[in-house]
Amino acid sequence: MNAPAPLALLAELTHRCPLACPYCSNPLDLDRREDELDTQTWLRVFDEAARMGVLHLHLSGGEPAARRDLADLVRGAAGSGLYTNLITSGIGLTEARLEELASAGLDHVQLSLQDVVAEEADRIAGYAGAHGKKIQFAAAVRATGLPLTVNTVIHRSNISRIGQLVEMAMELGARRVEIAHAQYYGWGLKNRAALMPDRADALAAGRDIEILRAETSGRLVIDYVPPDYFAATPKPCTNGWGRQSLNVTPRGRVLPCHAAESIPGLDFWNVRDRSLSEIWEESPAFNAFRGTDWMAEPCQSCEHRERDFGGCRCQALALTGDARNTDPVCRYSPLHHLVSAASAAPHDESLVPRR
Amino acid sequence: MTAALSADIVPRLARGVRLQEDRVRGGWNLLAPERVLKANPVAVEVLKLCDGQRRFGDIVDDLTARFSVDRARVEADSAALLNDLAAKRMVEL
Ligand code: SF4
Ligand code: SF4
Repeated sequence: MNAPAPLALLAELTHRCPLACPYCSNPLDLDRREDELDTQTWLRVFDEAARMGVLHLHLSGGEPAARRDLADLVRGAAGSGLYTNLITSGIGLTEARLEELASAGLDHVQLSLQDVVAEEADRIAGYAGAHGKKIQFAAAVRATGLPLTVNTVIHRSNISRIGQLVEMAMELGARRVEIAHAQYYGWGLKNRAALMPDRADALAAGRDIEILRAETSGRLVIDYVPPDYFAATPKPCTNGWGRQSLNVTPRGRVLPCHAAESIPGLDFWNVRDRSLSEIWEESPAFNAFRGTDWMAEPCQSCEHRERDFGGCRCQALALTGDARNTDPVCRYSPLHHLVSAASAAPHDESLVPRR
Repeated sequence: MTAALSADIVPRLARGVRLQEDRVRGGWNLLAPERVLKANPVAVEVLKLCDGQRRFGDIVDDLTARFSVDRARVEADSAALLNDLAAKRMVEL
């Protein structure tokens, strides 16, 4: 199988995080601090990534600021020619450290806001005062001149405030905002009954986004990740397995997407043992669902198979019990009723915070 | 149709936007947050001159002289490119 050159690397530098969002994309079983890769290994991985053709490096977590060597990592990555994006909760980065990151060559900052209403935001983050700190952090980013994206995960309790979120992002000086519906893997799946919006609200959100885009055109870029439980066909998960992007976990396992470890029987290789390019090209986990040969029906003979790649493997696994199945979000899936049932299931208020 | 640009404006790449040669795939990319735009050879020549020093008029003069092409054509094409990138918040005018 010929592997194309990847475009983006998501480096989960650590799973440590002061917040406890109930839709966190980290796995249920978090990597421990003492297992995290050291500075030199990360720098080697970044350099290998750049040589393989990776353009964007997303420094993520957990909270990447929990890594004391963050500035060294940014400097090394920038030196390798990567476009560096810091994905942060905004908690734990002082102005002085932010300045240090900017002079180390950081290109862009992406700040998460949980909501526009402080009490609600803090409730979701599981951290009193988080929202206030984030607002201060956005001002500090602005002072450095670094471009800012604000991102918010949308779910049942904030879906009515998308317009206010966009407004707040502009007030904070963001050039781009990313509004993404919660994804139901790991923590999100555990909390699905509380997070899932009503169908009518989910569909209205998409129409609101179109209006907001028109209103803010030329001033703000709005990226939107629609709620796939209410879509007719699935999202092109990671734009195809092993096709454009890769994730490296805190302890060095290389994954085609952040939830891939949930799929049983896949052998994930580690950057401690092998080069990133060897893992990308040769590892059984990356080749398991690369291309379209692995597909069963209805995907195998479907005209959309090169467009959505059969949807999300982790979602197929989580909902149907087999990662090889068509993503049941798809209306052609014989198991589509599982998604319809989940999206209409009775609502439940209780949230399990990520820990 | 895009609006003409004044000869006096000084276009520049927005902070966080980079024009970078692609050593693996060839050609040049314009890198921005979550965006990669493949820059065609004409765009590369225009954007290389958007250094925050040169005026738009100077950029058009420079390109016209170097490639001995029709000045009005260069001006219109460059303005269309820069207006488009400004709408994407990749260029500041
Ligand atoms: S989603 Fe919330 S808990 Fe998870 S890493 Fe991000 S800020 Fe931390
Ligand atoms: S059948 Fe498969 S390829 Fe076709 S739309 Fe559904 S998920 Fe996509």
